[in-house]
Amino acid sequence: MNLAVLRLVLVRIATAILTLAFVSAAVFAGTEILPGDVAEAVLGQNATPEAIEGLRQALHLDAPAYVRYFLWLGALLSGDPGRSLVNNLPVAGLIASRLPNSLMLAGVTAVVSVPIALTLGILSAIWRGSLFDRVASFLTMSVVAVPEFLIATLCVIIFAVHLHWFPALSYADGIVSLHQFFRVFALPVFTLSCMLIAQMMRMTRAAVIDTLRSSYIEMAVLKGAQPMRVALIHALPNAIGPIANAVALSLSFLLGGVVIVEIIFNYPGLARVLVDAVSVRDMPLVQACVMIFCATYLFLVMLADIAGVLSNPRLRH
Amino acid sequence: MNSDSRMPLIGSRDKLCLAKMLRGSATRRDVINMLMAAGMSAAAAGTIASFAETAHAQTPRGGGKIRVVGGLSSAVETLDPAKGYIAVDWCRGRMFYSGLTVLDETLTPQLALAEEVASSERATVWNIKLRRDVRFHDGSPLTSADVVYSLRRPRNPALGSGIRIFAEQMEEITASGPHEVRIRLSGPNVDLPVILAAAGVVGFLIVKDGTTDFRTANGTGPYKCAEFRPGVRSIAVRNTEYFKEGRPYLDEIEMFGIADELARVNALLSGEVHLISGITPRSTQQIASVPNLALFETKGGGYHPLVLRLDREPGSNRDFVLAVKHLLNREQIRRAVYRNFAVIANDQPIDPTSPFYDPGLPQRPFDLDKARFHLQRSGFANQTFPMVVSPAATNSEEIAQLVQQTGGQIGLKFNLQRVPGDGYWTSHWMKHPIFFGNVLPKASPDIIFTQIFQSQAVWNQSGFRNERFDKLLLQARAEADTSKRREMYGEMQRLVHEDSGECIPVFASTLDAHVSKLKGLRPIPVGPMMGYNYAENVWLDQ
Repeated sequence: MNLAVLRLVLVRIATAILTLAFVSAAVFAGTEILPGDVAEAVLGQNATPEAIEGLRQALHLDAPAYVRYFLWLGALLSGDPGRSLVNNLPVAGLIASRLPNSLMLAGVTAVVSVPIALTLGILSAIWRGSLFDRVASFLTMSVVAVPEFLIATLCVIIFAVHLHWFPALSYADGIVSLHQFFRVFALPVFTLSCMLIAQMMRMTRAAVIDTLRSSYIEMAVLKGAQPMRVALIHALPNAIGPIANAVALSLSFLLGGVVIVEIIFNYPGLARVLVDAVSVRDMPLVQACVMIFCATYLFLVMLADIAGVLSNPRLRH
Repeated sequence: MNSDSRMPLIGSRDKLCLAKMLRGSATRRDVINMLMAAGMSAAAAGTIASFAETAHAQTPRGGGKIRVVGGLSSAVETLDPAKGYIAVDWCRGRMFYSGLTVLDETLTPQLALAEEVASSERATVWNIKLRRDVRFHDGSPLTSADVVYSLRRPRNPALGSGIRIFAEQMEEITASGPHEVRIRLSGPNVDLPVILAAAGVVGFLIVKDGTTDFRTANGTGPYKCAEFRPGVRSIAVRNTEYFKEGRPYLDEIEMFGIADELARVNALLSGEVHLISGITPRSTQQIASVPNLALFETKGGGYHPLVLRLDREPGSNRDFVLAVKHLLNREQIRRAVYRNFAVIANDQPIDPTSPFYDPGLPQRPFDLDKARFHLQRSGFANQTFPMVVSPAATNSEEIAQLVQQTGGQIGLKFNLQRVPGDGYWTSHWMKHPIFFGNVLPKASPDIIFTQIFQSQAVWNQSGFRNERFDKLLLQARAEADTSKRREMYGEMQRLVHEDSGECIPVFASTLDAHVSKLKGLRPIPVGPMMGYNYAENVWLDQ
């Protein structure tokens, strides 16, 4: 059992390193293709040709692209992600002040949404075709069809502007009590959960239904096992692999894909850093964000696969 | 700017009545209702009600804490006063640092860190005496070395400063004493005090000699920097040793940016913040309808021109340019696009808030007959021309649609080409025959004429070339007599009005909104939030 998992982890780490290297090169090429560079973006309408030239020289933008890439890569490998090209502050510091916020929001949302989604999904699968299943499906489909900026804005207008139950802006610093914690996170977590629960619930339901159709389940039913016992003891273990993957995919979105929620609630997370960095072509900052998002994604998928291996006796032994 | 120019709709006697009424029992909403019953638009009524409120208790109080929201946010915000590029940067610059001079509401430079600013040799050599009672936030005294360092710094091309072209005019900057600085310009310029106060946006702010680390701010400004995290927030606490007696008033200002306008407005509506910037006219009614909120309009010289390149077809044809200029239905643009938060312009860039505005220049009317006449003479009738619009050029799409519509009536067709805002200024601006620009309010005619209309100016959007204009520009810089300068600038306004390729329909106001108990805001026409200088002026009426 440990050997299989160990081998999986080692192979995944090796491929992860290759993937990250490839992604960094692709992102670098992508930012090169975008119109304008950081000198033009920063100077904006104030960009005189000689001002741009001066700034380019200072930032070494006049060096060939591959030289700049390997300079950055070399520095990164020695542990220095560089400085922002725009405000000259260390990238590590800029990221460090935001990453914990992003992880906190993602963590709270996961803790709230995963149990709800799994419960709803499994129950819908067991009682498929019932009123419960249809109502749950209808609700989740409707929620997933509403864009998140609409949910977020409506939440703010109703709960912050009119009812004053929660703040319109979610600033995560200086939280001392559980009550404050709840107030700050309630609206953003609710908005994100709306989307996540729907996705994960649908995938869970499909995975469990798929297993319930297999012949060994029929056997268990014929032997007289209760429906709940069939679903939880017989079917669920075999559905863990696909479910874990669905959960991992949904959660990986929580780090980099929540820019709208971060903007509307003014939550200081990492997704906004990436958007800002791209808009001013700040390459070191873009790369740092993308590396973090990519690594998180790979890590979550690896966790899901480990869960799949552990839950599958054939792979386990 | 006097208050009369903000109040075009009612006379001063009515205004007094209104102010009295406000001091009495009438609420803001009562006043709005009264004015609207009298047939005034909601937006105009809101403006007047917010004026009338300032008639309330005018003695500033100390203490309190406010949260202020700028219209943009970025992970790469900076405390380097020579590098700021969005509103929160400029506001922080004015909170934490001071300049040698500062502009007042009439755009007249006033002394700040300087005690005396004197020129000689026809405004080529300037001697500046510094105040001796000023300390940086770290306790060290202000000396001429700090000023020399701060004025020289933006010249370094590696810094990428937007005020570099102004810094380069100062050929020689020397400390002539511990509290005296001598500046020799490359040519005469009587506007140096204005340039020091407002070149670029916030002018030349003074940092400590040798500063290169801007993780925090060590300036002489009204507030000290207690926390700065780019893209998250800054916390400013009162500088008890600020050199202006009695200022600032507040204990603490928290400032951050929110890019989404709706989110900004909601934050204000829910009572979590006190002052927000970057309001578009479409949010004004919602804000005016809430009793304890007020709009703050700043009229000024910002504009969004439709630009015809004069060095390419069809703009190289003078009649074509005149046809388009007569095609602008300025009244309609003001009403429909700006909801009346704008002032009719006359195809020249000096607006009525400027002391050098020439009211004698006849207003070019919306005149389809004249437009048709010039179009026929140009030989471009019944042709279609591409017109480039972009979200980066504010309101370009809306104005373009109106021009397209009126153009259709005389057989002039425009084909709107929409390009993304990202990269607009480098990839599209000035690179097409017909496009839109976005000009921020400028502090003096010299600054805007030098930057955009001088023949050699790099941002000469329309490719306007005029020898007489260039000559007048240099003459006006050396002219100490204000009335003579006004004459020169008047002639230059006429030249631009007649021959430039910039069609300027209106001057757009900038709009902020705030809780009514925040007092002390007065428009300074170089930008929103008192020309980004709200921090030392506002106070809370608790």
